[in-house]
Amino acid sequence: MRKGQPDRLTTGLMQQIADRSEPVELSYREAVRAAIRDAMIRDERVFLMGEDVGRYGGCYAVSKGLQAEFGPERIRDAPLAESGFTGAGVGAAIAGMRPIVELMTVNFSLLALDQILNSAATLRHMSGNQFGVPLVIRMATGAGRQLAAQHSHSLEGWYAHIPGIKVLAPATLEDARGMLWTALQDPDPVLIFENIVLYNMMGKLAADAGPVEIAKAAVRHAGRDVSLITYGGSLWKTLEAASLLAAENIEAEVIDLRSLRPLDDATIIASVSKTRRAVIIDEGWRSGGISAEIYARIVEQAFWELDAPPGRVCSEETPIPYPRHLEQAAIPQASKIVAAAKSALGRGG
Amino acid sequence: MTEFRMPSLGADMEAGTLVEWMVKPGDRVKRGDVVAIVETQKGAIEVEIFETGEIEQILVDVGAKVPVGTPLAKIRDAPDAMAGLDVAPAKEALAASLAPPPAVAPAAPRLALPSISAGPMPPSVGRIRASPAARRLAQTQKLDLATITGSGPLGAIIAQDVEGSRAVAPLLEKKRAEPGLDLEAMRAAIAAAMTRSKREIPHYYLEHQVDVTPCEAWLAQTNATRPPDKRLLMGALAVKAVALAAHRFPTFNGFYREGKFELARGVHVGVAIAIRGGGLAAPAIRDADRISCDELMGRMRDLIQRMRSGRIRSSEIADSTITISSLGERGVEALYGIIYPPQVALVGVGKIVARPWIVDGAIAPRSIVTLTLSGDHRANDGHAGALFLAEIGKLLREPEKL
Repeated sequence: MRKGQPDRLTTGLMQQIADRSEPVELSYREAVRAAIRDAMIRDERVFLMGEDVGRYGGCYAVSKGLQAEFGPERIRDAPLAESGFTGAGVGAAIAGMRPIVELMTVNFSLLALDQILNSAATLRHMSGNQFGVPLVIRMATGAGRQLAAQHSHSLEGWYAHIPGIKVLAPATLEDARGMLWTALQDPDPVLIFENIVLYNMMGKLAADAGPVEIAKAAVRHAGRDVSLITYGGSLWKTLEAASLLAAENIEAEVIDLRSLRPLDDATIIASVSKTRRAVIIDEGWRSGGISAEIYARIVEQAFWELDAPPGRVCSEETPIPYPRHLEQAAIPQASKIVAAAKSALGRGG
Repeated sequence: MTEFRMPSLGADMEAGTLVEWMVKPGDRVKRGDVVAIVETQKGAIEVEIFETGEIEQILVDVGAKVPVGTPLAKIRDAPDAMAGLDVAPAKEALAASLAPPPAVAPAAPRLALPSISAGPMPPSVGRIRASPAARRLAQTQKLDLATITGSGPLGAIIAQDVEGSRAVAPLLEKKRAEPGLDLEAMRAAIAAAMTRSKREIPHYYLEHQVDVTPCEAWLAQTNATRPPDKRLLMGALAVKAVALAAHRFPTFNGFYREGKFELARGVHVGVAIAIRGGGLAAPAIRDADRISCDELMGRMRDLIQRMRSGRIRSSEIADSTITISSLGERGVEALYGIIYPPQVALVGVGKIVARPWIVDGAIAPRSIVTLTLSGDHRANDGHAGALFLAEIGKLLREPEKL
């Protein structure tokens, strides 16, 4: 393994994290990069592989500077062949490595779907538990950057359909920084979905931020009147909606699912049982989406606690449009969330 | 500007839960209006306001449990309210003449936003719109959803509506079905008050037998021409007699608080009403010494009915200055009550029994009632007590003057 020179930004960041006890200001992108770098340093078996992750620094600049630090063997540029390099990642994981495969967006992950579903997710089962696939696949998801219909969809709900894998959706800097290492410790495949509008999000992160647990949902804002259940990029719109609702004396509880598979039923049901009302916010499409699964679980497990039919705010059932105003109209927004919450409270009219 | 506060609805009350506001900001209120319903250990109490003015702001939300004395609403005083009223009457009259008659149910179905509703609710043809949570609550508390007004989406009954109406439901119905929480709470309240009474109040007891044959005769004559719901009962005469006697013997009418006795201004007789299943309360008949027997009877009927349906006003619970307890026709000949603190006297009325009695030197069958007095020896003495009981007996001898 060749030791390269880390880029100035990353070095400075890591230095800050190492030296200071006070929170550091950084972007979501930098938090993901810090997570990758930390994993590379901690475990020699870890390597990153994907399109443009090396010399170009990642199509969302997440891995910028990492090839210089860790060399082209551990920060590997892959050809435009998702099925091929994802399959290589599966093989490497079986062989004892801890690969991080980056797929440019969830849209292109469909080219690797055979490897993810038929290989990664099933090999422990097919081999009679002789070997597992400790593979982490990271990919970008979501709309909002005018990248048009082939780069903007939110298909993480599809992956949450598959037994044998875990599906994570870090929405905060802490989770962007902390979920990767925990995912790498998992003996089975873990998919991490990074919403593209979050990469530029700035925030403060504790200097000693590190791995986080990945099994539980988090209550990001406590309230008693309605549960707003969401994940990923929609979390921030939902929190904005919660503060708009607060101005109207409606106390919304905001749940960040963090993991779409497994779903943390206990946290969801406890919240809904308290508030008696739920609205699910999902940038995926409504029909057959993860929102439908959450909806079903609420009705299955908390029917007798409900005071209103659960509501949903999802993307419109159309390919995500390119023009900005249409793109924004197609995806969940705080105003739609506020309206849905008020409707659940009977204050819609 | 004044504040309407959580009232103390009994010596043992520390906090109450606001279950319903009967007014909203902007409403004008006058002294005696029922403005809110508060749930206490004794059940739901209709709380009256003592100010006249306009509701400026509601400070406590429905469902909140707050300590006695907590401001519940801000009241703009009458002069302020009047200042803003100059044009109001004309406006109101105009509005009244133009507006269609108000819908009976204020919670008329509201339209849900199509963005979330999982489809419109079916039209409520013979079916009550109620949420699953409301249905479950109503089921466990044996409440009839048909008696509850909904405030949820599309006017559906939601859990909060059921909780708010819990007290409206017949308490005895609940008890019959299963041990209801309210009755348990009421029992706890009774336990606390009675324990305090027996711990703090040095009781003494007196007994006096009274010939109420004149009352019976007078009642029979008076009631002969009346329909059943206008008839007077012995109980009303007893309450009136006690009230008049208490007016004449003020040391039995008031409160012993903080080491001294305070005379009460009016005579408000608490009438102990048993609630099947183990509940007991003594709501007050205000100014019982100054109202006619007919009015008193009407109020007793009303009280008993509202007690059974759980709707009692705050002034009726908190204001009693003396209590009268009777076990009625099926009761015993004499009962010795425990004083309800901070009151200082309780009059027990036994059932009417036929006894051989000496009248004008000859034995005659007469109707006899045993009156008892439980007195607080800190506030009054046996000597005065004897005169007080005798006065009641004397008053009952001339029922037509009551």
